[in-house]
Amino acid sequence: MLNDVTFGQYYPAKSFVHNMDPRAKLLFVIAYIVAIFLANNFFGLILVTLCLIFFILLARVPFGRVLRSIKMILFLIVFTAILNLLFYAGGEGDIVLAKWWIITISWQSIINTVFLAMRLLLLVLGTALLTLTTTPVALTDGIESLLKPLKYIKFPVHELALIMSIALRFIPSLMEETNRIVSAQKARGANFETGGLIRRAKAMIPVLIPLLVSAFRRAEDLGDAMDARCYSGAKGRTKYKKLTFTWRDLLGLLFFVALITGVVLLNTYLLGRFDIIWQVQEWFGA
Amino acid sequence: MEDVTSAAAAEGAAASAAPELAVRFQNVKYTYDEEGGAFAVNGVTLDIRAGEFVAVLGRNGSGKSTLAKLVNALLRPTEGKVTVFGMDTSDPKKAFDIRKSAGMVFQNPDNQTVASVVEDDVAFGPENIGVPRKEIGERIAYALDAVGMSEFRHATPSRLSGGQKQRIAIAGVLAILPKIMILDESTAMLDPKGRREVMNVVKKLNREQGMTVILITHFMEEALEAERAVVMHRGEVVMDGTPEEIFARADELETYNLALPRAAYICKQLQRAGMPVADAFNAEELAEAICASLQKG
Repeated sequence: MLNDVTFGQYYPAKSFVHNMDPRAKLLFVIAYIVAIFLANNFFGLILVTLCLIFFILLARVPFGRVLRSIKMILFLIVFTAILNLLFYAGGEGDIVLAKWWIITISWQSIINTVFLAMRLLLLVLGTALLTLTTTPVALTDGIESLLKPLKYIKFPVHELALIMSIALRFIPSLMEETNRIVSAQKARGANFETGGLIRRAKAMIPVLIPLLVSAFRRAEDLGDAMDARCYSGAKGRTKYKKLTFTWRDLLGLLFFVALITGVVLLNTYLLGRFDIIWQVQEWFGA
Repeated sequence: MEDVTSAAAAEGAAASAAPELAVRFQNVKYTYDEEGGAFAVNGVTLDIRAGEFVAVLGRNGSGKSTLAKLVNALLRPTEGKVTVFGMDTSDPKKAFDIRKSAGMVFQNPDNQTVASVVEDDVAFGPENIGVPRKEIGERIAYALDAVGMSEFRHATPSRLSGGQKQRIAIAGVLAILPKIMILDESTAMLDPKGRREVMNVVKKLNREQGMTVILITHFMEEALEAERAVVMHRGEVVMDGTPEEIFARADELETYNLALPRAAYICKQLQRAGMPVADAFNAEELAEAICASLQKG
């Protein structure tokens, strides 16, 4: 189950998106997130979705592979959706469908819930596409390069980038380790599946402690291995992979400028988030 | 600076007479416990010549891994002196150059990979020592070719087999172009196939490139591939010779809790049972020895 987490898992392929500069991709993702939160109506979100689908096709990553990344936060999405649905602070003119104590369900709250769930989904899928098409090393190189100006205020940019890339690199190893420990504990009669939340959380303690111990041991080993390979910080270090902005990146940047403009235009000139209700009522003469 | 060059010159002069000295241990002691605990390495004096293939054998806790870490200055001796090509490992300023000439491969292949793509991981060492970009590419190609992993240049290490991962780790060290390769139980976590892969690579490096190899292991079979075997027991070097010499002293080995290689053990048992077979250390030799003795009989 834990092996399904795609975060930090690079999907090797040759594609336009894979070949883009990580800095450009990072900027795009930032623009993409801005677009998601700028979008005030469904048309904007649909535009963002179309753009995401376009990029998934362009990246030649199977859709299933991208969708798998939702699994990790499905609980979060469902949870926030339920909260939104039940506790939406309605305004005047809401069409109330059900009301009980402090809970109100209205057309507005339903639409709001769908809207926010879509936002979250798009957010996760977009960032998943970034990590699927960019190696963690390229990603951290990109972050390092974008943060470079901070070096002048003595911010340890290189160290931070390396810490991030190593953290990403160890995610699959630690997942594997967790599975192994869970199996070992199950074999000795541990029970992770039944009982209430607290009981299950308690059952995880015999998993977490060995995991922590092993993580520390790994860290020590890795430190030795890095020392042995002459690591001594950013000083005097060269980089094998050079980041170069190409026509691809320019094209991508233009594309995203277009996306944000599109979202803003849709916000301004098309119906607002809830206007769809009145529209539907009008159509059906309710 | 001057003494380094003069030392190198003196060494060069000595090299014309005898092979160059790669590693020298002079009465080295090391303890992990600062307050006078037991010595993990206790008075080791040992010379390893350049181009030699040395297997270091010993039980768990015999001090063999500590010995390995003393060579590339991951540990500094508590007492005595370790020199690598004349460089003293207790001088922190030399650590960088020592590690450039003595690369080390560790036990767990998962814990020595820093990157998520093979070529980035192999590039890590050259990047650290400031090799220009273009040359790093060439070094990656060379190192991956040397371990027979060229086709995996863009692969993800976590998807490879144990033997393959360990060959990538060797490539990562090779890319620094060291003269000494230390393998600290690098085959211990591998299956027989992975072990063979790694051993073949190591043998090739030693034979074709004259790489000095220090192989720390508790697999007796692997020691047979070496030219020289050193047995450690409780922090001390207790036996030193060719693997054949060492394995001929089976009774002594037993006192250090070490077993003979499988074939040698069977051979010994046959001899004890009264069959006149010649000493043999691997399966082929044993088969020949048995055939010969049967023909005679």
